[in-house]
Amino acid sequence: MPANVVILGGGVGGTLTANLLAKRLKPGEARIQVVDPTGIHVYQPGFQYVAVGQARAQSLSRDERSLLNRRVELIVDQATYIDAQAKEVSLGHGGSLPYDYLVVATGARLVPEQVPGLIEGAHEFYSLEGSLRLREALRGFKGGRLVIGVAGMPYKCPPAPVEFALLADSFLRKRGVREKTQIDFLSPLNRAFTIESASKMVARIYAKQGINLHTFVNVEAVDPSRGEVSSLEGESFPYDLLVLVPPHRGAEFIEKSGLVDRGGWVPTDRHSLAVRGTDGVFAIGDTTDLPISKSGSTAHYQSPVVVERIAAGVQGVDLARNKGHYDGKVACFMETGQGKGTILYFNYERPPKSPGPYRRWHWAKWAFNRAYWYTVPQGRV
Amino acid sequence: MSEIDTKIAANREIDARGSFCPGPLLELIRGIRESDIGETLAILSGDAGSRKDIPAWVAKAGHEMLGIEDHDGYARFVVRKVR
Repeated sequence: MPANVVILGGGVGGTLTANLLAKRLKPGEARIQVVDPTGIHVYQPGFQYVAVGQARAQSLSRDERSLLNRRVELIVDQATYIDAQAKEVSLGHGGSLPYDYLVVATGARLVPEQVPGLIEGAHEFYSLEGSLRLREALRGFKGGRLVIGVAGMPYKCPPAPVEFALLADSFLRKRGVREKTQIDFLSPLNRAFTIESASKMVARIYAKQGINLHTFVNVEAVDPSRGEVSSLEGESFPYDLLVLVPPHRGAEFIEKSGLVDRGGWVPTDRHSLAVRGTDGVFAIGDTTDLPISKSGSTAHYQSPVVVERIAAGVQGVDLARNKGHYDGKVACFMETGQGKGTILYFNYERPPKSPGPYRRWHWAKWAFNRAYWYTVPQGRV
Repeated sequence: MSEIDTKIAANREIDARGSFCPGPLLELIRGIRESDIGETLAILSGDAGSRKDIPAWVAKAGHEMLGIEDHDGYARFVVRKVR
């Protein structure tokens, strides 16, 4: 009997894990099923480019089936409950899937309702719909105070709001309204960005571009009637156009399954990626409680670790030396405006460096965004 | 604020060692957001910058720094959510 491997989520981590397992294990060894509520794979790093008119919405999504190895079964349904004792997953349309190995790759969801006034008063670029609405708002913006900040922790892609301020700056310059606009960036930290070398680079560029940097501002509430945003730290800022990163949590059904911590994230071993307190369950990508970036890059580097562990279990062999051990590796490109960028590359032991800014890293990000569909989900990079 | 060697009890502990992005301070802010007023939170950090960053944010946000413990290669910061 082949082992049942069930993968929840058809994003970067789920798709790559399924495809790597399909290459690694024979049909007689494993049946591989991916459960995804929409069957549509969305490339989320493109959202901010949609908001500033640099990417088309249609270019950011594809049919998940087209990205999966033909051996992988795709079930378009909403998982509703994980019974970690019985080792089965319930589905929204009825029935359940038994598993020997389960990979939870369900990402993060936006919970804007957790911040008073956010839904009514703020724009966001963390969903396709939100990015399209923001695009219209930016196109119609006639000048005033543009305020950009973070309303929850953790959130996906830590550099994104820093980058977005620069993209918005360029967009408004092209539209000829930048001189009539004050841009305020509200940083949750005592500097522009968490990584110090990148932060110095950003602070320099913000100063040059006339973007005001406010530090230790963690947004707590929005008052749309007064056009004001207030922080956990007790300050408030007026706005005419407000762009906030909404709070995130893990998938709702995982919370109902009792598999999460207080913030809605799955307690995960930082090296094996096994979900603590379960048997045969792994978590990758945004859904884990690990203190590292919630990003596609993280899921990309975690997938092979889980594949090694599942393959060794299915084949009844010991883990190969130096395999099946996640070292915290993350690598991502970061836009620094004016057609330049940098790369952030680090793991649990090695602090990041951020070279540049150079044009080549901007173009590398541009090329990666386009090559994604043909490389990452298939495990070619 | 006192520096002591013994372990100060906390309602919850976040291990942010090896976290460069988002980093220990943002992990602490996350933990504080998730905590109730009066609860205590411990955060483990191997980043030397946390010595300056964490107490500075705790003071600015109006919470209480209960102590910083030194361990081999990391420090443990214990904070009470006050408001």
